[in-house]
Amino acid sequence: MAEKKFLMGNEALGRAARAAGAKAFYGYPITPSSEIMHFWAGEFTTEQGKKDGLVFLQAEDEIAAGFMLVGGVLAGLRSFTASAGPGHVLLQDAFSMAEAMRLPVVAYLMQRGGPSTSTVIYSQSEVNLACFGGNGNGFRVVYSPSTIQDLYDYGIKVFNTAWKHRFPTFLLGDGYLAKTMAEVELYTPAERGIAMVEPEAYLLEKNRKRPLAEIVPSPELEVREDGGVQYDCLRNCLNFEEETAAVNAEIMAAYAKAAPEILEWENYGPTDAKTLIVAHGIVAAAAQAAVDQSGGQARLFRPITLQPFPLEELRKAAKGATKIIVAESALNQLARFVKDALYGVTSAPLIEYGRPSMGILPEEIVGLITAK
Amino acid sequence: MPDMTTNQNVQIRSAFPKCVRIDSKPHLFCPGCGHPEVLKALGFAIDELGLQAKTAFGIDIGCSLLAWDYFNMDTVETHHGRTIPTMVGFKRANPDAVAIAYVGDGGAYAIGLSHLMNAAVRDEKIFVIVVNNAVYAMTGGQEAPTTLPGMKVSTAPSGADEHYMKAPEMIRNVNPTAFVARGITSVQPALKMLMKDALKFYLDGKGFVFVEVLSQCPLNWKTMDKPQETFDFLEKTLAKAYPVKRY
Ligand SMILES: Cc1ncc(C[n+]2csc(CCOP(=O)(O)OP(=O)(O)O)c2C)c(N)n1
Ligand code: SF4
Repeated sequence: MAEKKFLMGNEALGRAARAAGAKAFYGYPITPSSEIMHFWAGEFTTEQGKKDGLVFLQAEDEIAAGFMLVGGVLAGLRSFTASAGPGHVLLQDAFSMAEAMRLPVVAYLMQRGGPSTSTVIYSQSEVNLACFGGNGNGFRVVYSPSTIQDLYDYGIKVFNTAWKHRFPTFLLGDGYLAKTMAEVELYTPAERGIAMVEPEAYLLEKNRKRPLAEIVPSPELEVREDGGVQYDCLRNCLNFEEETAAVNAEIMAAYAKAAPEILEWENYGPTDAKTLIVAHGIVAAAAQAAVDQSGGQARLFRPITLQPFPLEELRKAAKGATKIIVAESALNQLARFVKDALYGVTSAPLIEYGRPSMGILPEEIVGLITAK
Repeated sequence: MPDMTTNQNVQIRSAFPKCVRIDSKPHLFCPGCGHPEVLKALGFAIDELGLQAKTAFGIDIGCSLLAWDYFNMDTVETHHGRTIPTMVGFKRANPDAVAIAYVGDGGAYAIGLSHLMNAAVRDEKIFVIVVNNAVYAMTGGQEAPTTLPGMKVSTAPSGADEHYMKAPEMIRNVNPTAFVARGITSVQPALKMLMKDALKFYLDGKGFVFVEVLSQCPLNWKTMDKPQETFDFLEKTLAKAYPVKRY
């Protein structure tokens, strides 16, 4: 039954994974994400956790955790990891395999300061990494939650997006959200009428409903029958450039088809306000407060999915704006998306407020709104 | 000469295990390579134990990757050195599977060593097969952790240093109960028996299973047209440094 609880962000995420019916967690400790792992270790040892067949493994490093996660997905379990910063860097090895082979790995990534080891609370410096990490073309889904309630809501949603569309899917939070406590409304997906997409194994699936040929790019898959049994062989090393081109074209087509259904954004504030603020995640929460304090002068566009990016919606939001402010706890990570979207669309000046790995207060944004 | 096509009494024993994917032959390895010998021994053992439909075959990047469609078995190619954690994750998620990680000595003992040792320490219920050809074969014969002292390879043109890695010995050290053995491609019946015993140990759920196989790489050993030299090096030099035995 739905209930309200006062929880730390990381615990809200652990509970979200549980509510989503996630079965396997593979990870390696790193601040500020470790409590997600602690929560799962706790669940794993309970009677209910055993009954539910939970899997938990603390890996030797994040490279291992990432590939174990790939293994869990290949075996058909809703599987996930949690990490941040340098750990997130290491995970990209496995994420690029997942991107190539359309494996729905899920990760809760709680950004910390960067580059390098840096700090552990405020940061939006893993946007580039989450959206474009690895040696591919960014065919993954990245959600940017703004509140602890978002952590719970999107903590559930990532599993459905991943298994429905078969792309690596990440929740990109940050240390502040991870470590803050707030009241969260907890519910089961069924209570909200959310049907959870059933996972299927890539290897040794006994009851396949969705043929792998619909998912895995054709040059990477060989399906054969022998003695009435179907065998699937999967690869990611290809022989010809044409095969690699075909793999990318097939993934791109699938991504383009899924994107309209995945895209999420939020417009906040009076539609006739002349100043448009673009911000995501925790900074969008501050921007929302700034909009409330600005006496009708400003409004906010908040991309909820950073990848795919709500390009058209941002263009619409930019219409009528005479000043555009991009605020982020990073340098030119969100701003690059914004410039990409607005190139040739508006002549309004763009003010970049990049505070790498620093918190941003509503007053700072109000200052930018009112500045002449 | 009996008529092979009509005489019911003549049984032709296939050169291949039943679980191989005949239409993907000829295989992709170089002529005279040891990899297909290892795969064949494994395939016969899988046939005899009836494991074809229960096996998840994980293969590494290295010449191992050429095995991606060698068998009619569910197979996945991973990244260089990452097949062990992939199969660990798989097996934890599907405890009924026969999870095999098929890796080169570079994949297992250099880039993926931490995964191998940690899987051994944790006694993961997976079967790791390492093909030891004493070089990085796929990438042009560079020095591997197994390259023997004085061997001339592309990254040690005046001869490799004195250090080399004996993995079964190391694994026995960290896991006293695991199945640990070293085989060689040139003695096929023994290699098949070894694979079968390893799989039986696995099926009994007794723990981590590790088999290293000494295997020839005529291309990078530069013995392509000298089979005698290939097998001399395999059986006299390699097998001397790396004892073929059960640990
Ligand atoms: C992360 C990464 N680093 C390097 C490579 C290049 N690479 C491919 S195979 C290989 C070595 C293969 O040697 P080994 O594992 O001994 O297998 P073999 O080819 O001898 O069977 C290397 C270095 C790669 N694919 N990925
Ligand atoms: S390079 Fe060596 S190991 Fe690779 S296929 Fe050729 S002979 Fe075999």
